[in-house]
Amino acid sequence: MSKNTLYGIFDCELVLLAAVKEIRANKIEIKEVYSPFPVHGLDKALGLKETRMAITAFIYGCIGLSLAALMIYNIMIIDWPQNIGGKPNFTFYHNMPAFIPIMFECTVLFAAHLMSITYLIRNGLYPGGVSDSPDARTTDDKFLMEIEVEGNVADVKAMLTKTGATEINEKDA
Amino acid sequence: MQKEAEIRDPLILGNKSFHDITKDIAKPVEGKANKYWWILFSLSLVLFIWGVLSMAYTIGTGIGAWGLNKTVNWAWDITNFVWWIGIGHAGTLISAVLLLFRQKWRMSINRSAEAMTIFGVAQAALFPLIHMGRPWLAYYVFPIPNQFGSLWVNFNSPLLWDVFAISTYFSVSVVFWYIGLIPDFAMLRDRMSEKTAPMKKQLYSFLSFGWSGKAKHWQRFEEVSLVLAGLATPLVFSVHSIVSMDFATSVIPGWHTTIFPPYFVLGALFSGFAMVETLLIIMRKVVNMEAYITIKHIEYMNIIILLTGSLVGTAYITELFMSWYSGVEFEQYAFLNRATGPYWWAYAIMMTCNVLTPQLYWFSSIRKSFVATFILSIFVNIGMWFERFVIIVTSLHRDFLPSAWTMFSPSFIDIGIYLGTIGFFFVLFLLYARTFPVIAQAELKSIVKSSGSEYKNKK
Repeated sequence: MSKNTLYGIFDCELVLLAAVKEIRANKIEIKEVYSPFPVHGLDKALGLKETRMAITAFIYGCIGLSLAALMIYNIMIIDWPQNIGGKPNFTFYHNMPAFIPIMFECTVLFAAHLMSITYLIRNGLYPGGVSDSPDARTTDDKFLMEIEVEGNVADVKAMLTKTGATEINEKDA
Repeated sequence: MQKEAEIRDPLILGNKSFHDITKDIAKPVEGKANKYWWILFSLSLVLFIWGVLSMAYTIGTGIGAWGLNKTVNWAWDITNFVWWIGIGHAGTLISAVLLLFRQKWRMSINRSAEAMTIFGVAQAALFPLIHMGRPWLAYYVFPIPNQFGSLWVNFNSPLLWDVFAISTYFSVSVVFWYIGLIPDFAMLRDRMSEKTAPMKKQLYSFLSFGWSGKAKHWQRFEEVSLVLAGLATPLVFSVHSIVSMDFATSVIPGWHTTIFPPYFVLGALFSGFAMVETLLIIMRKVVNMEAYITIKHIEYMNIIILLTGSLVGTAYITELFMSWYSGVEFEQYAFLNRATGPYWWAYAIMMTCNVLTPQLYWFSSIRKSFVATFILSIFVNIGMWFERFVIIVTSLHRDFLPSAWTMFSPSFIDIGIYLGTIGFFFVLFLLYARTFPVIAQAELKSIVKSSGSEYKNKK
């Protein structure tokens, strides 16, 4: 049986949110939703898992902190200890108060940059990437719901109309 | 949907639909520049060119081209550096701290404020670079193993902390800004037609990284924004604290004070908001953003200026008290000399512009006036420049040996470099205003139904 892809287009985020809930309650699987801005509660309504971006940031931050400490320890204590203004230079922990600013900055530097890079990679975003949105209006004012249907297309169409889709487009696979 | 109290004034005027917002934000990018844009751009370009020539002359002949002498060996360069860094702070405060506090009014102004941060910090970074005298050796400030033996940077030094703080601050700000820009570039990309504007279409396709607005992507987008805001918040407070330690860890009377970090951070926010107001009041007219940058936004910023201005005033008075209370005559003289010595006029300008005139914002008629706000914001910009000048030059010009006491006068080159960075800043900002989506439209669309005037009027 051929698979058809239906694109239900909505004008309002509130209607869309209600529609997502109703359609999923009717055991119809929604493949994707494209929206021009983040719609609050949409991820929960679609049953998406929580994102782990914040966890990656924490891990990257720990890496940054450790690398900074290691670098400073190696440079200031091991490789070339110097007496600078009488600050203790034989042990790391005695001298550490002066190292805290840079350890902090490195933590933030690693956490922010590596998390952002992870974000881009996970989203498949890269300079010059091509958008796979089926309708260019989804970055302007339209919300698009993509449903793959096997079989009774008419039922799903009726469902989309009932839940408030202002426009339904079809694509044969 | 988010709910908002009905008594709050709308943040978006004029019954805008989603599509209206798209059109309004895309208009400056799609349209042609008006006369005012060209006038401002030409003026800025002239200043910028003067600045470039002055910088080239300085690098060619050496720092002797400046008005520095043996007593005042640090003057306009560091004044301008601190001034520009301070200006940068408001952008991060608006985009990060106000995001954590869920302040919706941030959405209309955060893009431009963040742009101001990035351009401001870039100007600031020029000064240490030029002051090195041999800017091609700038890599010496980074901990890079080199061929001259184990020559490392000194991690005890606030100047090195500054290198790390400012490079982190600059790069994290750029990333934060760009993450927010991706969906807005995608909006511009989808509006551009292949036939009428093929170059622009290609440009914005490249810049938008292939963004399509999937639900999962938006979920990640929101979390990344929140975490970046959480990271940028301590960053913004650390940067100016560290800048202040360049002074506070020295033993010069007038610099050696523990109040410097909070005092500098407050001053930075104060001057930053003033610069945001100066820029936005011009920008809302030049690119027709009156419906989005309303008097309400200006009023909120004025309240922050009033608060930080009063706190900065408190810091000035605390400094005077502490110098008296310390019982150290050198410390006492440093402050007496600031207020009543040959640079009394600089001290008076600082006190007037930073402490007295912002108090006018207690009057709601002044707080809610574009004209008054514009004038007062310029006052703050001037006052905060003089604050740094007062701290730096008046602490140095009468040093430990009265025979070495002298005055500082800037050379033509000093003035050129300073005005050059102002020109450079405005060149960047004006180019930005015509090529970037100047308002974070994706985020703004999410509050149309709770804070737009259409919603408010229906109630």
